[in-house]
This record gives sequence, C-alpha cells and structure tokens, in this order.
Amino acid sequence: MNSQTFNVDPRQPHLNPPRLRSRQASLFYGKFQALRDISLDIPEKAITAIIGPSGCGKSSYLRLFNRMNDLIPDTRVTGRVELDGNSVYEQDVDVVALRKRVGMVFQRPNPFPMSIFENVAFGPRRHGTKDRKELAAIVERSLRQAALWEEVKDKLHQSGLALSGGQQQRLCIARVLAVGPDVILMDEPCSALDPVATLRIEDLMRVLSAQYTIIIVTHNMQQAARASDLTAFFMMESDRAGVLVESGPTYEIFTNPREKRTEDYVTGRFG
Amino acid sequence: MEIRAGYHKRLREIQDDILVMGSMSEKAILQSVQALKDRNLVEAKRIIADDVKINQKRFEIEEKCVQLIATQQPMAGDLRIIVCALYIITELERIGDYAEGIAKIVLMIGDEPPLKPLIDIPRMADKMSLMLRRSMAAFINRDVEAAKKIAAEDDDVDALYDQVFRELLTFMMEDPRTITRATRLIWVAHNLERAADRVTNVCERVVFSVTGKMEETGASKY
Repeated sequence: MNSQTFNVDPRQPHLNPPRLRSRQASLFYGKFQALRDISLDIPEKAITAIIGPSGCGKSSYLRLFNRMNDLIPDTRVTGRVELDGNSVYEQDVDVVALRKRVGMVFQRPNPFPMSIFENVAFGPRRHGTKDRKELAAIVERSLRQAALWEEVKDKLHQSGLALSGGQQQRLCIARVLAVGPDVILMDEPCSALDPVATLRIEDLMRVLSAQYTIIIVTHNMQQAARASDLTAFFMMESDRAGVLVESGPTYEIFTNPREKRTEDYVTGRFG
Repeated sequence: MEIRAGYHKRLREIQDDILVMGSMSEKAILQSVQALKDRNLVEAKRIIADDVKINQKRFEIEEKCVQLIATQQPMAGDLRIIVCALYIITELERIGDYAEGIAKIVLMIGDEPPLKPLIDIPRMADKMSLMLRRSMAAFINRDVEAAKKIAAEDDDVDALYDQVFRELLTFMMEDPRTITRATRLIWVAHNLERAADRVTNVCERVVFSVTGKMEETGASKY
C-alpha cells in the first residue's frame, strides 16, 4: 500500500530576506542574564510576533534592536544584533538615527501633553523639518497611515490626551511613522485597549506590514495567531535567562509546533 | 497546579465520548450480522431503531467540539484532536448507517430459505469490527504505527469481499433463481467492505492528530 503525504499548508508565508537579525545575542542587567544566545531572523515587511510567559525576556529582546536597553544602567550586550547587516552595537552607531529608523510603540498609549498635530510633528521637527507646509503634509500622511486621519482631521489642535485609548495608540503609531522608520517595534501595544480597539490596531499592523518590518511582543497568544506571519516563542530557563525555544510560520507554531515546550505553552498547559 | 483543568477535562470527555460512540457502532455492526445469521427480524428492527442513538451521540460530541473551539481557543495538538474528533464521529456515524443497512437487508430477506451457511460475511464483520476497536485505541493512545497497520488491514477485508462476491456469483450462474438472495448477501458484504474503508479514514485522522501531516494510508481497492 502506498502512503502519500499531501502538502496542505496554503498559509505558508512568502518571506522576504531578513531586515533584522540577532546571532547568539545575550543581554545582562548587571550580573543577571536576561537573554541567552538568541539567534533569530526578522524578515522585512512582515509581522513577527514574540510570545512567551512573563519575564522570559520578550521586551528586553525587542529593545535590543533600537538600543533602548542602553537607558538602563549596567546593561551589557554580547553576540551580534544587526539592522540591514550592520551591527547596531558598534561604537560609531548614532543611536538617535537608529531610533529614527527603528521606531517603537509602547504598552500604554503615551501621547505628549500637546496637540494632536504637535504630537505627530514633534519627531520631524526634532530631526530638522521646519517648513510649516511640509510638516502639515507629514502629519496628514502619518495620521492617514495610522488610520486616524478621518477621526481627528477637524480637531488637530486639540490635545492628544483627549482621544480615546485606541485613538491615542494610533496617534503614537502616527508619531513613529512621521519620522520615516523602516522598522516598528511594538511592545504589548494593545494590552491597555478594549477588544475593538485591539482589532483596529491589528488591522492597521497588517496594512503597515506592506511597507514596514514589524515586531510585536504580546502576551495574547490569540493576537499573535491572528496578526502575525512569524512567531518566536521565548521561555525562561532555570537561571531565569530568556531563551528562544522555537520560531517559525505562525500557522505552524499554533497548529503543529516542533518543540514540546511550545506545544505546552500554546495549549495552556503552563504559562 | 494544572492550569486550564476544566478545559482539559472537557477535552478528555470528548475523547471518552468517541470511545463510547465507537463501541456503539461496532456493536451495531456485529449485531446486524448476528441478526442475519439468526434470521432475527425483531433484533433487526431494534438495530434500525437504535441507529438514531448513534446519530444523537454524534451531534452531542459535535456540539461539545464546537463549544470548545468557540470558547477555549484550542491550539496545536489540542486543536488537531478536536478537528480529528469532528471527522471521526462522521465516520463512526456512517459505520452505524451501514449496520442499519444490513439490518434492513435482514428484513428484506425475511424468512426466505438460506442460500448457504454464512462463513465469510461474519468473518468480514469480525475483522472490520476488530479494526474499528483497535483504531479507537490508537486514537486515544496517539499511536501512529498502530493506526497505519490497522489501515493496511483493509486489504484483508477487501480480499474477503472478493471471495464472497466470487462465490455468490457462482451460485447465481448455476441457478438464476438464487439471484435475488445472492444479491442481498452481496449488499451485506458491500456494507461491511465500506465500513472497513471508514475505519481507514479514522486511522488517517489518528495519524494527523499526532503528526499534523495529512497522509493517505492507501487507497481501498473498492
């Protein structure tokens, strides 16, 4: 009797070459090792989700790419972390320019206490754009990209803090887009939002992924399953250092993971 | 402490229910062939009436699966088990229908004189029902090797079917007055042959539930 295996996996994503990459990347906070030997490719113009239990180093890993961990005293990075093949931890790297290319959206929407317009214009202004017309064009384009324009176009000079939580988070995304990044890092961007606002952000991520490379850290496995192309699963080892257990197409991670630890996590057998 | 204990209990319940349903279908097949051997029309009527219980069991399990999918977001191996459960209950329900079909043939035959002593048809039923019982164990034990082996044994049922067919053909050629009675027995054998094919489908699902690979274990001869 012949046995035949069918290839029934229509959702295998077509992946671009990696834009971000880490090789044996480790991160130390003082003596404590937060990440151990993480090697992962983040393809361009795709959404990569990082999942794992609390404290496994997801956010720390995300912050490697725009050197946000540098802001915490006594941190040390070993191994290699690259953007477009260049190490981001070289001495001569301009960290401000790096963070312009690698933007970040945080857990809680954090608009500046200023108008909607000024929130979005803030970055370009800081990077040297002075012309009023040009700024207005950037603000409109960024708000449109963030799917917020229609809701705020008549009140651009009202405070950004007056918006709803979901709108504030889209404002923060517009603020990132305004400086023309290549990569958007999202650290639990929906954890403070209601389910509908969450789905709007996920839709927006999908649209933005045609142009930008996106990494999202999420506690919400269903969100990773819904919204990402690739999923990386992190876990803490016995010394509490975060390691990468498995990464692959999201569809595979949630239907047929290779590692038992991934299986146990996504089926809720530990967490 | 185990997390999601309630969810895992419900997932186990679904698997237990499938075992129960498998045993209902298996019994129905064996009893229908016994009714044929015994010319027991009362028993045949009972089997026909009881088929509805198998159908009900199927919908009950289906409902439980849909509820778990809707409320618990099953993932990975759990998701595959539930998807397989949905397919397996369809196969078991059809096997129940084949038993009902055989019971209806028993009623058609009524009190016509027997054509010949039944030998290979009960053999087919024994073989098929054993395959079914073992496929249920393979599902519960996540046993890919057993599932593949059971599926391969469908060839034995096909061979018995060939034998029954050839023998009855000889009867019909020798004496055309036997055509009606022989045809009815061929129908019975055909039902059993199809039921065994359903078991191979169950086995394919067992393989998928473990490996995540859709694998056809081998096309049936019929």
